[in-house]
Amino acid sequence: MNLAAKDVRHNLGRFALTAIGIGMLLMIVMGMAGIYRGLIEDATLLVDRIGADLWIVQRDTRGPFAEQSRVPDSLAYRAAAVPGVASAREFVLHTIQRQHDGQRLRMTVMGLSWPADKGEWLPLLAGRPLRQNHFEMIVDQSLGLQLGAQLRLGKEIYEVVGLTNGMVSSSGDAMAFVTAADSQAIQFDKAGEAIRLERSGRERRAASHETILRQPGLSEQFSGSMANLPAVAPPDISAVLVRIAPGADVQRVAQIIGGWEDVTVHTRQQQKDLLVQGMVDKARRQLGMFRALLTIIAAIIMALILYTLTLDKIHAIALLKLIGAPNRVILGLILQQALFLGALGYAIAYVVGQKVFPHFPRRVVLTDGDLVQLAVIVVLISVMASLLGIWRAMRVQPNEALMG
Amino acid sequence: MNEPAAIETRELTKIYGSGNTEVVAMHNVSLTVRRGEVVALLGPSGAGKSTFLTAAGLINPPSSGQVFIGGQQVMDGPAAATDLRAFRRRHIGFVFQKANLIPFLSAHENVIVAMELNGASPRAARARALELMRELEIDNRARYRPAMLSGGQQQRVAVARALANHPSLVLADEPTAALDSRRGRQVMELFRGVAQEHGAGVIVVTHDHRSLDVFDTIYEMEDGAVTRLPADHAPR
Ligand SMILES: Nc1ncnc2c1ncn2[C@@H]1O[C@H](COP(=O)(O)OP(=O)(O)OP(=O)(O)O)[C@@H](O)[C@H]1O
Ligand SMILES: [Mg+2]
Repeated sequence: MNLAAKDVRHNLGRFALTAIGIGMLLMIVMGMAGIYRGLIEDATLLVDRIGADLWIVQRDTRGPFAEQSRVPDSLAYRAAAVPGVASAREFVLHTIQRQHDGQRLRMTVMGLSWPADKGEWLPLLAGRPLRQNHFEMIVDQSLGLQLGAQLRLGKEIYEVVGLTNGMVSSSGDAMAFVTAADSQAIQFDKAGEAIRLERSGRERRAASHETILRQPGLSEQFSGSMANLPAVAPPDISAVLVRIAPGADVQRVAQIIGGWEDVTVHTRQQQKDLLVQGMVDKARRQLGMFRALLTIIAAIIMALILYTLTLDKIHAIALLKLIGAPNRVILGLILQQALFLGALGYAIAYVVGQKVFPHFPRRVVLTDGDLVQLAVIVVLISVMASLLGIWRAMRVQPNEALMG
Repeated sequence: MNEPAAIETRELTKIYGSGNTEVVAMHNVSLTVRRGEVVALLGPSGAGKSTFLTAAGLINPPSSGQVFIGGQQVMDGPAAATDLRAFRRRHIGFVFQKANLIPFLSAHENVIVAMELNGASPRAARARALELMRELEIDNRARYRPAMLSGGQQQRVAVARALANHPSLVLADEPTAALDSRRGRQVMELFRGVAQEHGAGVIVVTHDHRSLDVFDTIYEMEDGAVTRLPADHAPR
């Protein structure tokens, strides 16, 4: 006869409530690990999907995801000329937040180097890649826009022609893909009045500049668009992405480009590592600490619950001892209930988590490894938590059954 | 008469508390119950009957004195001379003053558990438990939990549990207090039968003077001391 099961059946409602409570607690512990995995997965997925073999970034920076990186767009041509490089394209990335239909839209805009890159590599859920080099965009479905939606960014209106799935930046914002030219137009968009003021300021500064005084014809050019002033315009792309030709040696190409004084080269793996260490590391440690605390709290709560469950049975335990039950039976009674509660709580955490986590704003990824680890932790907690109850039960004298 | 006694106590003394609150609940009680002998223990409230019974039953260690069960010394003063719990489940059946049943088990399971603890197969335990309960007329309450049974029904379940393992010593503390006279007598006769069939020694604390004729020997306890009453001097 299984005494533990009999007691559970007798106090079913109470056990169920307790298991639900423990389950909720474990679900949060489970979710913490999932959020952390989600952070890493989102970050590395993006780098993988972009698919570059080498990332050329501003000297001594850690790439466009980790910090500001600015390189001249001519860098793409330099890189393309290196032996072993199949293609080199511009990479532009910036995050914007705009109002649309009264909703706040936050997205990370990535520029595709038209016409080489129309976004064919994107995991499209619906729609199509870009077909023209202006005013079309592909966005992640997490942004909540429909195909055909019209979105005003800067001075132009962009149409959503494609939807991706799971493309979010390392900060969790949905990605939006436009051509590099559009991306810059969006990034450097200024109000008309600001442009007029800037131009007149430019003319004023030019009027007093020695070069212009010597060559008055130049001043004409200063009144044009900033993009037409290559010599004075800021470098305007974030990085250059290099694909290696089949059969070529990545390390060799990286070495050549790495020799250039103005840039730093990262391999894909390095880019991923930098992302995980740099951007996600604090969040990861934060979540780790929180998870450890929650685990301790769960252990304490379970210990209290199991202790009170034992106290409620103290009379029965004394009686069992009185009719000659060995300690093994009493130990089994408490331990089995602890493990049962732990297992049930874990199952509840898993089932409810499966329903709840998909509604979280960021991805929650439950890996088998994390699930197994938590299962082991739950078993350990259950055993540890029942020690207090077991200690109390072992001290009960059989004649306590005759008192009260 | 070289067969060992069911139980023999030598100068059992129990002192509760110490100093000002010291109570001598039992003083130098020496008593022998043969196998097959059914003994009644009478006495006023507070005389020390329960104290004696729990000491003899290896639940409440005496302050001094010895207990021999089946010829084997099991208590030497307050010290155990064997694994008491194993000894209890194998050899002793108890019925307590207040029915002591496990609340989360049914009546039937309360009887079964004692047998399973003693190594009986679940099947054999079920059958024997049901048979005992039938004899005690509570088989129709087999599936009830103790909380749903009357005091007398609980007490009969406790009797069934006490007899389940064919003990060589049965100790019962007012087992019939909650029973009507017919059922009370039935329980006493059941004890008698156990004594005769299995050669068990039985000690019953009772106030029920109507069934004293069932007993072979009658003792009276007063202020912690036990005296034997001649069979024909049993108070009526
Ligand atoms: N745990 C204890 N601590 C202190 N004194 C106790 C304890 N148990 C019993 N006593 C005392 O020992 C004496 C004998 O008690 P006991 O319970 O053995 O009497 P009893 O003969 O069984 O009485 P009753 O017929 O009322 O059950 C009493 O004076 C009682 O107060
Ligand atoms: Mg008593």
